Amino acid sequence: MSSKPYIREVPKTSWFFRQPRYMRYMAREVTSFFIGAFTLLLVVGLKRLAEGPEAFQSFLDALRGPLGVLFCVAALVAAIYHSTSWFNVTPQAMPIQRGEEFVPGKMIVGAHYAIWAVVSLIVLIMGI
Amino acid sequence: MSEERQIQLEVLRYNPETDLEPRYQTYTVPCVNEWVVLDALNYVKENLDPTLSFRWSCHMAVCGSCGYMINGEPKLGCKAFIHEYGDHIRVEPLAHFPIERDLVTVVEDFITKFASVKPYLIPKEEKPISAGEYKQTPAQLMKFKQYTLCINCMLCYAACPQYGLVPEFLGPAAISMAHRYNQDSRDGGRDQRQEVIASHEGVWECSFVGACSEVCPKHVDPAGALQQVKVASTIDWYQEHLMPWSKK
Repeated sequence: MSSKPYIREVPKTSWFFRQPRYMRYMAREVTSFFIGAFTLLLVVGLKRLAEGPEAFQSFLDALRGPLGVLFCVAALVAAIYHSTSWFNVTPQAMPIQRGEEFVPGKMIVGAHYAIWAVVSLIVLIMGI
Repeated sequence: MSEERQIQLEVLRYNPETDLEPRYQTYTVPCVNEWVVLDALNYVKENLDPTLSFRWSCHMAVCGSCGYMINGEPKLGCKAFIHEYGDHIRVEPLAHFPIERDLVTVVEDFITKFASVKPYLIPKEEKPISAGEYKQTPAQLMKFKQYTLCINCMLCYAACPQYGLVPEFLGPAAISMAHRYNQDSRDGGRDQRQEVIASHEGVWECSFVGACSEVCPKHVDPAGALQQVKVASTIDWYQEHLMPWSKK
């Protein structure tokens, strides 16, 4: 090793601008904030429910307002992006070997989408 | 007939004896489309500037020596065809490693980390040679075969932003190689490797950017290996804390 190797510092706050793939990663990570915020919203909703019918109604009215709708739509888009980006990498984390072959990744991803659709359908039916 | 054209090869130069910091130097290189970037570097070395330093050996994507950043992307110089680029190609040393000189990087950190995961077979039980070989079925081989294709080229380290930000991170290739031996039916060294790879600087420093697998020239999929190690380590934790009697 030379006596004076040159060390290139990685910019701590702007490194993800260097590559589109880093931006895609950050997009996936940022969507977590929306999911976290929506979870908090549900907790607030539970609290308002516990406070009585009037409190819960005002919570629902606030959700139906323009800001509430905007946030819910943004959270839905973020949740879909977050979920699909994770579904698409499941074959890497959970490969399934059958004998000398691996189950094709598309089948593992497809199974996740199918289960997602079924669970969403059940929740929708229960909600109606 | 091969088409000839001229390219501008912009190379990051650094001489530790005279330079305070690296600088770019551009060479005009006549080349044919069948050339790879390594050929262009060798042309410079042989015809234009014998002081240019870079590592290479096999010229066939086996030795893993000629990893450089080519237009900002970690690539093997011998697999990066000139025809895939325009007339201007920028070559820099692999990112996240200190520069020794020109395109040569300091790789001691990688070698130390790689050795720390005991990347070799630790047999479950020692057998005398007279007892014969350690046998394995094709299915058992398939479980880890893709990880054996790693050529230690370090492109995955240059692609991994986590390694750039947290230099203590054990990194993709070392953990993949540990996973390769852990998956081997003949091996019994998992407990020894877990101490290193399941540590905070081990697999838990990985945030699954996935860049390592995207740049791997041998399609090893280190990102997949790391996620599998996370799953296995999590199962270990639950077994240890919820079912202590199940521990061997």
